[in-house]
Parts: sequence; C-alpha cells; structure tokens
Amino acid sequence: MADLRVSIAGVAFQNPIVAASGTFGFGREYSELYPLSTLGGISCKGITLTARPGNPPPRIAETPGGMLNAVGLQNPGVDRFIEYDLPWLKQQGTVIIANIAGNTPEDYCRMAEKLSGTDVDMIELNISCPNVKQGGVQFGTSCAGAEGVTAAVRKYCKKPLMVKLSPNVGDIGEIAAAAESAGADAISMINTLTGMRIDIHTRRPVIRNNTGGLSGPALLPVAVRMVSQVYKRVKIPIIGMGGISKWQDAVEMLLAGASALQIGTVLFTDPYAPVKILDGLSEYLDRNHIAKAAELTGKMIPWES
Amino acid sequence: MKYDVMLCKIAEKKQLTADVFDLTVEAGELAEAASAGQFAQLYVPGKTLRRPISICEIDRAAGTLRFVFQIRGEGTAWLADACPGGTLDILAPLGNGYSLGNTRQKAVFVGGGIGVPPLLEAAKAFGENAAVLTGFRNEESIILKEDFEKNGNRVLIATDDGSFGYYGLVTDLLKGLDFTVIFACGPVPMLKAVCRTAAARGVPCQISLEERMACGIGACLGCACRLKKDGTEFYGHVCKDGPVFDSETVVWEG
Repeated sequence: MADLRVSIAGVAFQNPIVAASGTFGFGREYSELYPLSTLGGISCKGITLTARPGNPPPRIAETPGGMLNAVGLQNPGVDRFIEYDLPWLKQQGTVIIANIAGNTPEDYCRMAEKLSGTDVDMIELNISCPNVKQGGVQFGTSCAGAEGVTAAVRKYCKKPLMVKLSPNVGDIGEIAAAAESAGADAISMINTLTGMRIDIHTRRPVIRNNTGGLSGPALLPVAVRMVSQVYKRVKIPIIGMGGISKWQDAVEMLLAGASALQIGTVLFTDPYAPVKILDGLSEYLDRNHIAKAAELTGKMIPWES
Repeated sequence: MKYDVMLCKIAEKKQLTADVFDLTVEAGELAEAASAGQFAQLYVPGKTLRRPISICEIDRAAGTLRFVFQIRGEGTAWLADACPGGTLDILAPLGNGYSLGNTRQKAVFVGGGIGVPPLLEAAKAFGENAAVLTGFRNEESIILKEDFEKNGNRVLIATDDGSFGYYGLVTDLLKGLDFTVIFACGPVPMLKAVCRTAAARGVPCQISLEERMACGIGACLGCACRLKKDGTEFYGHVCKDGPVFDSETVVWEG
C-alpha cells in the first residue's frame, strides 16, 4: 500500500486528509461516527481571544454547487479551548491545528503566545474570514496586512505557523509571498469567496449578515487555480482546500501543488466523506504504482503557453 | 450509537395533501435509538446540504421511521418523488426531542401546518390524557387527524378559512382547556402565542424550532437560535440544543 504520510513544516501527518476549520467544530460531533485518528489532522473551529457570540440567524443558505455561511466566528475563546477542548482533542491520535482569528495584530500575538505553551501541533492564522466586521479578512487582502500580522505573530509563535489565505484578492501569489517572507512555515488556502443571495419575495438578502462566505464544490476550480498559482511563488508547503468533495478532487489539488488537503463543506453532504476520500486516494496511488502521496504534489503537466 | 448514516429502504409512501408526503423507511438501529421530537438529515442527490426532516413516528418493533414533510423546494420535491423499494441516505436520530415526563398528566399538543407531524410520536405516549389542537389553512390541508385519534388523543382542529372545525387561530382553542403541560410545533407567531399562554397559566411548555441547517450535529454552528440561561442571552443551536426547547429558554426576535 502507498505511503500516505506527509510532512508539513516539520509536523508529521499520518495522511494528507485534514478536517477544515469551521466545518468540524472541535471534533466531538464527528467522533461519534469514526475515530478521529482516521484523519491526518483537524483544523479546529476558528478561535478568538475572548468568546464571540457569532452573527444573528439565518446564517446558512444553500447555493448551486455549494452554500453561503456567515456564522461570524462563534467560539468559546482561546482559554476555554485550551482548558476544555484541547486535552480531549490531544487524546484522539491526530494532528491538532489551532485556527486563530483576531481584531488586531495584538490579538493574534496573544493567542499565538498562549497556544505556544500548549499541545497544539500547529497554528493556522486565519486572516481570511469574510464574516466579521473587524479583523479577519482585512489582514488577508493586502500584502502589507498579511506581512505585518504574520511577522508580528512569528515573534510569539513557537509552533509551526500556517497562514490561511483569502481568495477575495487580486493576486493571491503576492499575498502568499508576503506571508512567506514574514516567516510563515506553510500556507493553507483557500478560505470562502464572499457571496450574496437575495430572496426575490422579500427582496432581502437570504443571510442576515447580507453577505456570506461561499464554499462547496462550486469553489474547486478557483481553488485549484489559486493553489497552482501560489505553488509557483512560494517554497513553503501548501494545504489546499476549496470544494474538495471526492478523491478525484483531492488528487487534482495535490497535482496543483498542495502537500495536504482540508476537507470542509462536503462533510454536510456526507459526514463520512473524508474517510471515503482517503480510501479513494489510497487506491488511486496503488493503481498507478505511486509509492507516496507526497510524490503527487505539484506534478501537474501544464500546457505550453 | 448516538447517531449514524444508514441507507434505508422505503417501505411505504403516501400523499396526504397536495404538497404533503408521508414516507415510512426501514431503519432498524436508527429507529431503536430515536425518540419523539428528534429529526433526521436526508441526503438529496446533487445538493450540498441534507434536508432536516422531523421524525413523525417511530416503530421500534418494525424497525421503521416515518417522515411527513411538505414540498418547499427542489430537495423536498425530490424526496416526494422517491418510491417504495428505493433507498434514502439518512443521518439520524439527531437533536433533543420532547421530554415527556409523567404521561398520566393532562397534556396539550399544539401544532400548526407542517409543524403537526413532529408531535405525533410524543402524543402517542399520552394517549387519552392528551388533547391535540391542530391548525391548518383549510379542510384540504388537514393531516394526521386519524393518526392522533388512533393514539386515543382528543383532536380539535382550527382552520384559517373556517372550512373545517373552529374558524380562527389554533391557539384560541387553548382557552377552554384544562392542562398541566404543553408541547408545541409550528410557525413562530403560533409558538409565541403558545408561550404566552404557558407563562400566563404557569404551565411548563416545550416547543420545537426550525432554522436553516448544515451539519445537523452541532459542529458548524449554522442553525443559531437566541436562548437565555440564568438571565444571560446567547446563541444556541437548533440541531444540538434543540430542536425542542423549554419555552422559557427561548428569546424571540422583535
């Protein structure tokens, strides 16, 4: 059987399938269905310095090939995460990635400092959440913003640091390069695309926040293009995500340049999807006599332009 | 097992009204684990989100679950087209259902429209001790009357146009009744009126809420609803904290 292990920024993942932040909570709900050790890792629900109530409902709407959400980073705060969720998570036998979001660079720094003293394996800097008024995506839409917050956090972060990028930008390659130069150890991409739907009867947006983040299969080609674009610009590894819903999508994302994958919205269609994607990927490698999953990374053969 | 995904064979299908359908599925372990007022997430091919449908009836001996739902869009229209012999991909049982307590006490069930089916299994437990008040648009949209009567429940029906039973709001029917506990499911204005009556009479009341939902198990935090506990307001979630809530914990908008 092919070797599914991948190493990202010095962190050993038993396989490249990681649950995406915001879709998997802190893992408890899905642990009722399968052991979390089946997965390579879990990127936890985005946490902030203090607890956040989140946005008013409705927060969810289905769209063609996907969904919109504006949960608004509802979470119990970093201290509660460390005290209550992390000890349980650490017993599950998988890599734990703490996804953090802040209103200011100082918020990110304080969280990185606190988490550096814990058992989390990796920190994912969420500079791309489109659903909060302050912070989040504002740091991820300019090179200066991405560079500034990454460099600031780097000083306090003793864990491998991954920066999660927004697709709502002009040149994502530039933003990735800015994060790399500021000390990021890895890139995860892409977060949701900002979208809107309008109820034609009430003439109001269907989401109370007016806009929401688009995720799901509709995103796959955008995400594959962007991963491929960033793969050419940076040397640090990429965890690719955005619309992966079957093993074929996962192979595409690896070929585009990803070293591992995050699986998100498809969990709502089929909670067992990460397990099925892993099985499919493993069979694909065996069938094609590819010894290691890592051999696929960036092996797309582009057409000559 | 708390909940799981199962491919379930459709045993029976009935059309109850122009847009309300009734599916009974063979769901062995899921039926064993289910309780009154819980719901299921039904997979619809080609759709990103499953459809949350309340469990109408549980038959543990036969190992079946019954779903009565209304066509509201493409997803539920697909479910309505499903045929006996075919299979449905079901994630269930989900959420917290009704806490029945002492089933010898005098209970009243209040349901409006497609909010009526989630009450059937709970009303069954109370038999002759329960009065079931249901409200519909008109005579043609009345559902489950005989099912509640089969439970031994006393059924009173209100219609918006007076074409059957009481002409007016279903909650008006609460006025002349003697009861010690209320269970309700239906549109928000109806639920608000039920909660007011419960508070005025000092009677415990459990209501079932609805919200747009993604995961159905409490991970995505999509189906937020405003709750209060010890005087503090916060967002809970219909899928995991509900769908059934004590009326006193719910904060109404506006």
